[in-house]
Parts: sequence; C-alpha cells; structure tokens
Amino acid sequence: MKMVQVIALLFACLPASQAREIKFNRDVRPILSNHCFACHGPDEKQRKAKLRLDRKEDLFGEREPTLLVAGKPEQSELYLRITHGDPEERMPPRKFPKPLTSPQVNTIKKWIEQGAKWEDHWAYTAPIRPPVPKAGKDLDPIDQFVLARLAPANLSPALATDPRTLVRRLHLDLIGLPPKPDVTEAFVTNPSTVAYTQLVDDLLASPHFGERLAVPWLDLVRYADSVGYQKDRLRDCWLYRDYLIRSFNENKPYDRFVIEQLAGDLLEGDPLEQRSWLIASGFNRMNQTTSEGGAQAKEYVAKYAADRVRNTAAIFLGSTMGCAECHDHKYDPFTMKDFYSFAAFFADVKERGVGYPEHTAMPTYADLDQWADLEDQLKGLREKTKDTVLQEEKDALNKRIAELKESITKISNSKKWPKTLVTLNAKPRTVRMLPRGNWLDETGPVMSPSVPAFLGKLNLGDRRATRLDLARWIASRDNPLTARVFVNRIWKQFFGKGLARDLDDLGSQGERPTHPKLLDWLAVEFMENGWDVKNLIRQIVLSEAYRRSSNHPSSIDLDPENRLLARQASFRLEAEFIRDNALAISGLLVPKIGGRSVKPYQPANYWFRLYNSGKYVQDKGDELYRRGLYTLWRRSFWHPSLQAFDAPAREECVAERPISNTPQQALVLLNDPTYVEAARIFAERIIGAHAKDLERLDLAFRLALARPPTKEEIGVLQNLLEKERAIYAENEKDAHAFLKTGEKPADANLNPVELAAWTSLARVILNLHETITRN
Amino acid sequence: MTSTPINRRAFLAGSGLSLGSAALNLLLAESGQAGAKPAYLLPKAKAKRVIFLCMAGGPSHLETFDYKPKLDQLNGQPMPDSYTKGQPIAQLQGQKLKVQGHLTKFKKYGQSGQYVSDFLPWTAKMVDDIAIIRSMVTEQINHDPAHTFMNTGTAINGRPSMGAWVNYGLGSESKDLPGFVVMTSVGGRNPQPIASRQWGAGFLPSRHQGVEFNSTGDPVHYVRNPKGITRESQSQLVDAITALDGHRNKTINDPETATRIAAYEMAFRMQASVPELMDVSKEPKHILDMYGAKPGDGSYASNCLLARRLAERGVRFIHLYHRGWDHHGGLVQYMNKCCGLTDKPTWALIQDLKQRDMLKDTLVVWGGEFGRTPMFQGKGGAGRDHHVKGFSMWMAGGGIQGGVGYGETDELGYHAEKNVVHVRDLHATMLHQLGIDAERFTVKHQGLDTRLTGVEKARVVKDILL
Repeated sequence: MKMVQVIALLFACLPASQAREIKFNRDVRPILSNHCFACHGPDEKQRKAKLRLDRKEDLFGEREPTLLVAGKPEQSELYLRITHGDPEERMPPRKFPKPLTSPQVNTIKKWIEQGAKWEDHWAYTAPIRPPVPKAGKDLDPIDQFVLARLAPANLSPALATDPRTLVRRLHLDLIGLPPKPDVTEAFVTNPSTVAYTQLVDDLLASPHFGERLAVPWLDLVRYADSVGYQKDRLRDCWLYRDYLIRSFNENKPYDRFVIEQLAGDLLEGDPLEQRSWLIASGFNRMNQTTSEGGAQAKEYVAKYAADRVRNTAAIFLGSTMGCAECHDHKYDPFTMKDFYSFAAFFADVKERGVGYPEHTAMPTYADLDQWADLEDQLKGLREKTKDTVLQEEKDALNKRIAELKESITKISNSKKWPKTLVTLNAKPRTVRMLPRGNWLDETGPVMSPSVPAFLGKLNLGDRRATRLDLARWIASRDNPLTARVFVNRIWKQFFGKGLARDLDDLGSQGERPTHPKLLDWLAVEFMENGWDVKNLIRQIVLSEAYRRSSNHPSSIDLDPENRLLARQASFRLEAEFIRDNALAISGLLVPKIGGRSVKPYQPANYWFRLYNSGKYVQDKGDELYRRGLYTLWRRSFWHPSLQAFDAPAREECVAERPISNTPQQALVLLNDPTYVEAARIFAERIIGAHAKDLERLDLAFRLALARPPTKEEIGVLQNLLEKERAIYAENEKDAHAFLKTGEKPADANLNPVELAAWTSLARVILNLHETITRN
Repeated sequence: MTSTPINRRAFLAGSGLSLGSAALNLLLAESGQAGAKPAYLLPKAKAKRVIFLCMAGGPSHLETFDYKPKLDQLNGQPMPDSYTKGQPIAQLQGQKLKVQGHLTKFKKYGQSGQYVSDFLPWTAKMVDDIAIIRSMVTEQINHDPAHTFMNTGTAINGRPSMGAWVNYGLGSESKDLPGFVVMTSVGGRNPQPIASRQWGAGFLPSRHQGVEFNSTGDPVHYVRNPKGITRESQSQLVDAITALDGHRNKTINDPETATRIAAYEMAFRMQASVPELMDVSKEPKHILDMYGAKPGDGSYASNCLLARRLAERGVRFIHLYHRGWDHHGGLVQYMNKCCGLTDKPTWALIQDLKQRDMLKDTLVVWGGEFGRTPMFQGKGGAGRDHHVKGFSMWMAGGGIQGGVGYGETDELGYHAEKNVVHVRDLHATMLHQLGIDAERFTVKHQGLDTRLTGVEKARVVKDILL
C-alpha cells in the first residue's frame, strides 16, 4: 500500500511530458537486482546460463537469442523469458522465492519499448555538480532542489516552525543538549535570520558539538571499551574517542580525518602531531578480539581481517563488501578477489590472533597541547638567547630553558601516559583468498593489496600498496562513494532519514536517493569546500527545509514517509542524548569534555553472566553525571538504559539505529536511579528559583521543553502536586526514603514533603514524550 | 483533562491482568506486520511458543545420547588420523590424540528403545516424548561464536537472535510480559560467559530483544519503583504522564505518542505482573517438589518452573541457559553435577506441560552450542574438548514426534554421517513448527534479504514431525 503511494508520488513528481518515461536506475535496475541478479549477477559461481544482467556489456552484448532489441519487447529474449507461457521456462524460476509482479513485468516492457536505455549505477560514478534548479526566488540551493520536487507533486511546503521548537531542535541536533531558557527567550524575542545564523554559529563553535558528532561515528566504527568475545575483558581506547571529539570541534577536513584514522601511523610530520595520528589509527583496532582457550590464532586472524573489510567498506563506502567473503557479491560488482585484496591492505596491522590486545602508552590531548606549548616557548627562548648579550639575562634565560626542558621531560615521560590501542605497523603477513571463507583451506592464491577493481586502480608501479594508499584513495575527489556516504549520513542527523534511505548500502540493493541531484550537489560542494564538515552542516541547518514544521497534515497524508521533504521530522532522541537531556534539564550534568570512560549507576547483578572479572565498580561524584557517550561500553553487556533506547552493542558497524518505543524505555525513565535523582535535582532547582507553584511550573517547562505550559497542563500538574503533597504529608518516611535515591544528598534546607512532591512532578516532565523527542 | 484515554483503574481494582486498550493494539500492530498476512506464514502452525533449554558449555553427546561401542573398544588408543586430519581442533591442538571411551554406561529405554546414558535417569523416563537428533553439526568451535551461531545462524555479530526473529515474525501474545524472556542458572565446570548478543535484536528494533529475568535483585531491570514510591503514587504519575502526552498530541499530531502512552501502560502493568510471575511460592508443594525448585533460589529447576509460568502467560520465546557444561576435564564429576541440577527439572517441565495439555503447542529444544570430542582431554581428570562435527540435541512437543531418534554419527561419534542436521536445519524446523516458512522469512539488511537460516538452503527435518 505504502509502496504504491510512493511510486505514485514519484511519478507525480515528474513533469507531465516525461511522466511515463522509465528510467533504468530508478525503475528497472531495482527489479533486476532483487529478482535476477542472484543467478544472473556478479557472483560467478551462482551464475546460470552464463548470463549477466548487471553489466551493460552483457545486457547489450552479442548473444543468441538477443536479450534486448530496443523498442521491441516481443523480440527481446529478456522480456520473452519473464512472460513465457510455460511456467518451467518462465523467469524467475518457480522455486525462486521472489516472483515478478505484473507491474514489474510491465515496467520492463515499457523500458524496452522506450528504447532500453542503460544508466550506470548512480553511486558508482563520481558525482558531478548538477545545475541548481530555479524553483523559487531567493532560495538557497538546498531549498531550490527540495522545492523543485514539491511543486510537481502538488505539495506545498510546511510553514516555518515556531521559534521555540526551532531553537530546541537546533540545540539537540548540533550539541545534543537542550537550550538554556535565556537563549530560547532571546531568540523568541528576535527570531530574525541574523539571530538564527548567529545561533547556528555559536552552536557550531560549542565544544559540545564534537561530542554530538562523535556519537554516530562511534557507532560506525564499533567503538567499545571491551574486547567483545567470550570473557569480554575491558580495554582502553578512550583516547581515540577524544580524538574524534577534538577533530569534529577543530573542524578537521573529512578527507584528512579519514586518512588519519586508517593510516595515521604511516603519516610523517611533526612528532607531536604524529602522536595524535597514532591515536587516530586506533581505528584499525576497534574490532573484537578473543582470548578464549582453544581458539586458534589463524582462525581469528582471518576473522579480524574479514571484520576490517566488512566494516571499513561499510564505514567509508556504504558498501556491503562483507558479502564477498565466501562468494562474489550477488548484487554489486564486488568479487571475492576484491574482498581479499582489500583485506591485504591491513596485513601489516600488528596484532595477536588470540590474546589480550596490546596497548600503547600515549599522551592525552591536554598533555599534547601543553607539550606543544612548552616546545614553542623553548623555541622562542632559544631564539632569544641568540640576541642576548648581557650575561645576567643569558643566565635567566638559561634557567628558564632548563625549567622548560624539565617540564618537557616530565610531560614526555611515557610511563605516566595512559594506554590506548593504536596501529603499529609490522611486516605484512600473507593473505590468501579463502575458498568459501574457510580459514583451514590454504589452496587459495596469495593476495596483494588492491582496491575493488570496478571502482578503479591504484597506479603505484611495482610498489606494494599500503593502508595509506587505500586511505588516500578513499579520501579522494574521484572516489564516487566517500562524499556521498558521509553527506547522506549527516543529512540524516538533521532530517531523521538520509536522502538515500539505506545509510549503509549505496549499492544496487540500496534504495535510490529521494533527491539524487541534491545529494550529488551536496557531495560536490562538500569536496570542493575542502571537505568542510561544519560548513556542510551550516548549509543544511540554514535551509528553509530544515526550519520547517513537522506538523503538516496535507503532506503527511500524501507522503507519509516524507520522501519529498515538505516538512521536518519528529523523532525520539538517541539513547545517550536522552540521558544528557535529563541531566542538563536538572542541572546535574557535569559538562567535562573527554577523558576515560565512566561508570554510572547500573543494576547490581547486570554482569553476572560474565566471569568473576565482571564485577562492576560504580564511579562516585562528578563521574556519575557525565554525558552518555562517556559511559563504559562493554560489548557483552552494555549499559541497560542505553540498550533500552536502541544503542547498539558496537560489535559491527551501525549506520542507523532503529528507533523503537517500548515498555522497557518507560521503566528506565520511571525507575532508573539516574532519572529519579535527576528529577530531584531538577525539583531543587525550580523550588530554589521561585516561591510560587505557577512560577515553578513555568520554569520547569521552559527548562525541559523550551516553552511555557498550557492551562490544561498546569491543571494536570497542580492536581498531581496536591495529591503528592497529601501522600507525603501522611507518610513522611516515604518522602525521606524517596529523596535518598542517588548519591547526591538532598538539599537539607528544603521541606522533604515539598521536595518529594516536586520531585514527582519533575519525574513526570522527564518522562514526557515531548521531552525525549526532537521535533 | 485529567483522565487518560486508557482506564487502568480496572486493573488496580483487582481484575487481574486484563486490558482493553486501543493504544495497546497499536503497539501490538506495530510489531512490523500490520495489514495483510505476511507471505512467510504457513497455513498451519503446530507450536505457539518455544522453550529453548541451552546447556551452555557444550554437553558431551558421548555421555548423553550417542552410544558407540567401538569407542570403548579403542579406549586409550591413538585416534585414527583419518578422522581428525584437516579438521578444526580447539584446545587439543598440537597434542597427541587418543580415544576416550564412554565415561558412563548406556541403556535402552522406553517403548522406542532409545539409548540414554546413566547420567540422565529422568530424561531416560521420557524418551518416548522426545525426538533425539544425533547428527547435529555446527560451524563454530569456540563458545562465544558457537552460541552466536546457534542463536543467530551466523558467527557475524549484530544479527537478530532466534527469539527476536520469532517475535518479529509472529508478534507477542502477552500483553503484560515481554515476548522473549531469558533466564540463566549456573553450576558445573568453568561456567562460560554468555553475552547479551545471544538474545539481542540485532538490526531489528529493540522491542524484539530478549528481556533478562533475574532471580536476584530486580527481576527485570528497573521494574521496581524507586524507594518510597507506592504503587498508587506510581499510578498517579503514569496517569499524569499519559494525560499530558495525550494533551500535547492534539497540537503536534505525532503518531508515536499513542505508542508511547501504550508503552507506559504496559510498563506499569509489568511492574505488577513480573513480580507476580516470579513469585512461585504459591505453586502447590507437589509441583515445587516435582521440579525440585525452591522459590527464589535462581536454580535451573526454578527457571524451568518459571518457564512453564511464562509459557502459560503467552510468552513466545523462553530461553534458559544453564552454564557449566564445559567439561575439558573431570567430566564424570561435572556431568554428575550438571545432570544433577538439570535432568529432573527438565523432565518435570515436560511432565508439567503435558499435564496442562500445553506440550502439544510448546516446542521444547534441549542442547548445547556444540558437542565434545571422542578424544581424551585431561584438564583435571578425563574430559573432552569442543566438537562441532557431530553432536546431539533433542526436541519435544509443538508437533514433534516422541520416541524417535534421528541421524547418526560415525562409529566413533566424530562425524555426523547419516541425516546430518545443520544448525540452520534446526532453525528451519523450529520456524516450520511455529508456522513460518524459513525461506521466505526475510528482513532486508545491508542490501541482503537476511534470514535466520542464512544464505544456504535450510531443510525442515520432516521425519521427526508428527
């Protein structure tokens, strides 16, 4: 039903004269891919009748009988076979579980009638900057592209959302924290474009921006604080997380960001910067590892290699290369050879097949900054000594130099540094193609590193290609996938869905973008602006499309999935931000950036299914109130509050978390001590600020929802407040017990009955659908 | 505007676990399959639910169900090379391999005359109720990936577990409990860790993931009210939350709101229904004795009893893990311990389901993540290493024939030879009994129509079906 609407809509979007033109990429390729490629596609072993339908040269090549005769379906074997009267002859075969529907057959027929024009797969040719359509006056390019598709569909865009919703949306999207009431009110008073632009720039400059951007990246790279397999011992790689936060905050160009992570250990340059690149290269060590007794190193080295291919391709290329571990890919032109040649790039990563992963001491970023500063000072002083004549001054300078040197010795003492996972480069081990992925089989040919053949070639002469070559190839202007993949995922952060809906598959089986030209325009713009991430985001959030209301009944009916972007989206916050939001609203949040992972409250018996090493020692004090992204991530049992809100195990690359809506989530928000304590601190905050109930309620709403309450809402809450006051007045003991939840002591100057009643009210507000939803 | 669209008062007044909520229907319909009947559903389902008894660590098939006289004959002699050459080996790698004869006796039991070892006297009593598969094979030789393989059909992590698949495919029948519940007990040698990925939802929404029920602490995470909060007070709170959500939705028109309200209603009901479920103290004494369960002891026996209670309440997939079957050494001692803890309760579960006429639509599966080698290992007395090329499991109820044996290993119990049942065949058979065509039951993930049974063709083991 939905699909029919969507198809209708897609046609509706085209000018009338072209309404019935069948496009190969949009209409025909998905049918062939899903119904034919399994036996007539890239996988050589599965291929039947030596027939390939995924390549131009095969589809249109010489063959008897001719597959396609332009304009003449009745003479085209392709059409004849899918319409054959004999069910034994008709394709796809009866036993194949995905038969063709008659509209699909019709589409193919029409395509042939119209001349059977081929198009290369959209994501496998480098994007070219498309001309910006002129759909409206004085619009940014993004809005021109969006409007150009709305008009033919007879959809008018939703109105701009109200300033309160907008200011909250922007905060949650850019820094993952709610706006402060004074910021909201200032914007509401003056919601001009200038003021909005200023707000955008302020938030892009916030140190919390890097934290916000790091969260989806941590999911992509499967960041975790434990090794994953079996005992799932804890490991340290939080410096890598610090690297991410810092890189996003510094607005490191994305191409550089890619290179540092994949091959930071191979970069040459300033010795201090090199350390940062080494930390970045921890990227290659994010895979799971085992120390299980009886595990064979060879098997696990093969597993780690496959893991890296699967995940690296998913992270940067949005490609499902993992399918080619045991056979050629069934839908995209990745071969088994491509898979193992890709694996060979990582053959130099030093690691144990079985055993606890080796860590390396590295300075923290605070140390690195200070170290760099000391070196600068030292350099300056040394320059100065050259020009100094007076002995006295010379002595003073030398003394200062000696001091600096001592400080440098101290700060560069690696024994004091924390340990982290980095890539250490070793002699490349032999990588063989493993028949059917079987590590015991050594008959396969030895593979040398190379990029997937259909995507190009590294021209390096006789030299063996390195990870750095791979990194540069991925981060190059010519790579058709890298920029599209990244831009698409960023878009998702601001609209809830990607322009291409499958964030992890831009291949043949992935859904074609709703706005292919806009995606290409953004990708080209992004690259030509020097892979400038903040600029990309700035362009998106300054668009009118971003600033629209999500409530737009006419487009909801016509376009329920919002493929044409007539409106904004409303969606639940991601797990970490639900926590951050509650802590920030209450004032309990400790906004420290970076550092080692922390252990907030966790159910006492949560790790009992692990070995005894599974004992959880909860943190104390400030560390209890840090942002969600710093929560210790143990892959076998990651924090149950985060898990309830769809945070993944971080075992495999996840480009998009599902958003579910479950009773477990309600239990977390109602009963997890984190939220009960936050509610109490929230209550103290509003009691402390105002004396009157109404003023307190008003402030509570402005803190949590960036708006004042309505009359009805006040009614519900006042009613509750009275009831709660009565309950606790009668049972003061309960009030005392209730106020003891969490480690922060209750404000002893407050009347416990009153505080308990207001805490109940605060719990209500923290549990509202609106509170945990970004609109 | 002070009342919610859903009346929970009826529940508070003591009308049991009923509900009549339109919003809840929304929640249930949301389980992915609203509208037309999905193509993967078969015309008929024999089983409504599954109880999977996982003997974690890998019980020895050679000391449970797979009797091989030749093994005793060759006891102590070198293991013939022809068996082991080119085969994956775990801890015995690089060691001299010698045959270890059975460490117990086998007898024939029941009308069906099936061999069962002396370690399992209670299972022996019910051989005519179960179908023993003696030709299982898996692909992963280490515990962690082997569990993952058994539960998700692949060793690549991040995929949904079978309980999640089943709940995704069939929806939940229980309105007060999650559709997929996991419980764990411990006792035996070297209890191996079990990661929560074993009951994960993978790329399916998290509502399909298994919910851990615990015998100590909160029975379900966060199911208890904060201290000082009474049920009445919590009820008031939930009323206020849902009232405000409902009110707000008049302005913003967000379809997720109804689901959210229903989720709060169900969460509140779970706060009563879960403790009620976990409290077995009101079970009659003869039932407690039959299982050997002591209320609140967290034993496998208690978990079996709870499994029956969960089954009665419509929970779709109940997964019990007993950790302690990793018998690299001291096999006799630890088999005595593990079987002592699990044999009778397993029997009691089958009897209890039978006497309640529930066995016919409850599929019970028993087995580990792999079997153990015919070769000797001696980590503290005779034991056996991990083994993937042949092992035993059994199934009962839910349209499975009783009193049948299926498949065979070779004469030393090494390779499954006759009627080999791969893990994916087990999955296909389970799904088939639940009324699902494994081949058509797919979810698109990363461009692939992903199945529980994987890409290779899976076979329903028709010979053991009623």
